[in-house]
Amino acid sequence: MTPFSYEAAASAAEAIEKSLAGGRYIAGGTTLIDLMREEIERPERLIDINRLPLGGISEDAGGLIIGALARMAEVAAHPAAGRAQPLIVEALLEGASPQLRNMASIGGNLMQRVRCPYFRTLDAPCNKRTPGSGCAARGGFTRAHAILGTSEHCIATHPSDLAVALVALGGTIRTAGPRGSREFPLEELYRLPGDTPHLEHTLLPAELITAVKVPHGAYARRARYLKVRDRASYEFALVSVAAALDIADGRVRQARIAAGGIGTIPWRLRASEAALAGTVANETAWREAATLAVADARPLPGNEYKLVLLQRTIVRALELAGEIP
Amino acid sequence: MASPTTSLTINGIQHDFVLDPRTSLLDLLREHLGLHGTKKGCNQGACGACTVLVDGKRINSCLTLAVMHGGARVTTIEGLAEGARPHPLQAAFIEHDAFQCGYCTPGQILSGVACLAEGHASAPEEIKAWMSGNICRCGAYAGIVAAIAEAAEKNRA
Repeated sequence: MTPFSYEAAASAAEAIEKSLAGGRYIAGGTTLIDLMREEIERPERLIDINRLPLGGISEDAGGLIIGALARMAEVAAHPAAGRAQPLIVEALLEGASPQLRNMASIGGNLMQRVRCPYFRTLDAPCNKRTPGSGCAARGGFTRAHAILGTSEHCIATHPSDLAVALVALGGTIRTAGPRGSREFPLEELYRLPGDTPHLEHTLLPAELITAVKVPHGAYARRARYLKVRDRASYEFALVSVAAALDIADGRVRQARIAAGGIGTIPWRLRASEAALAGTVANETAWREAATLAVADARPLPGNEYKLVLLQRTIVRALELAGEIP
Repeated sequence: MASPTTSLTINGIQHDFVLDPRTSLLDLLREHLGLHGTKKGCNQGACGACTVLVDGKRINSCLTLAVMHGGARVTTIEGLAEGARPHPLQAAFIEHDAFQCGYCTPGQILSGVACLAEGHASAPEEIKAWMSGNICRCGAYAGIVAAIAEAAEKNRA
């Protein structure tokens, strides 16, 4: 590990000031320490934010509010989360391991970096790690890589299950930074790789995620997260789907669907959602929605199977959501 | 800079350290205290061999810096037995042959103790899911699940 200095911040203002001076935030550390040990990340100064009062889970008329420093396990076990947003709980419990869920913060989960093996291997070209060096994944072992949102410079998938669920539910993030506080949709946090895969998010320098808000929605109750992977537990998704349905009198009033394991960012399936609005809630509708999801997909040799697997996972996730009484 | 001293309570005994911030909690236990029961398997949070309890919660000690845990109470495999009497889950691991080479065992046992305390050991399927962060390359899983199930059964009795 490259040497670094370490300081614990006592307030958000102090943390932001120190970050502006070149400090890097650390919360749970489960991504950052791993990457620092591999020397893929080499911060010179760490600002420990774990003592900031940014934990806890609460509810207001608008939705569920999750502190950025709440741990994955804590949110998954929280009664208000289970009652208001079962999709969030299911997505959290499908991610990582019990040990990692005790460590990893909600803010850090959203900011975690990709699991592309070439990103994590220093002797492989990677435009995300070393801009302009090339992409070893293209032409490499692509089985786990993206089929949507890719560019010639990067095909890594975004690894967060939570982010997929939050994007489906219309979650927002609250931040604090040198220019004050703001709140914006989580979808706007993530940048497509394009020509600049090393730029992954839209946070400003020193901007700190303080909370996540999940709005109450009529679709929140009939919602499921289905994750397909090589191992039944403790494995990243090959394909995952978050599906939330507002159904009345056998018809879909509104559908919210997002997918993981297939996109370079958490992938909202807007065409599928639009097709479902007003339709009879049945398997025919689920299949039509699934077909629309892959219209723009661009698979590579080695991950064509995701075209079929994504559609099947969408159908099954919609079925599971629709079965909730 | 804050105080360079980090104070941790490990298996009930308070220790003060002056640390290079790069020191993981795992390396603190092994290199600074000679507590070699906690194992370094992958050193990247994938295998669970380094599992310890921090303030009662199981974590991977390889993926956290010791300086981040000032004031914390850490329990390792060396702190589980009461004198000569093994912890009930240690006894259950022996009873069920829940290991072969033994390298993953301290992590399995600490994780199992937490799994029981969390109430995630009501059935073999639940135990398997909630113990999935601990890999055993000898494949002693059947014995591990049986040992935890038996300990859960005794707790209920």
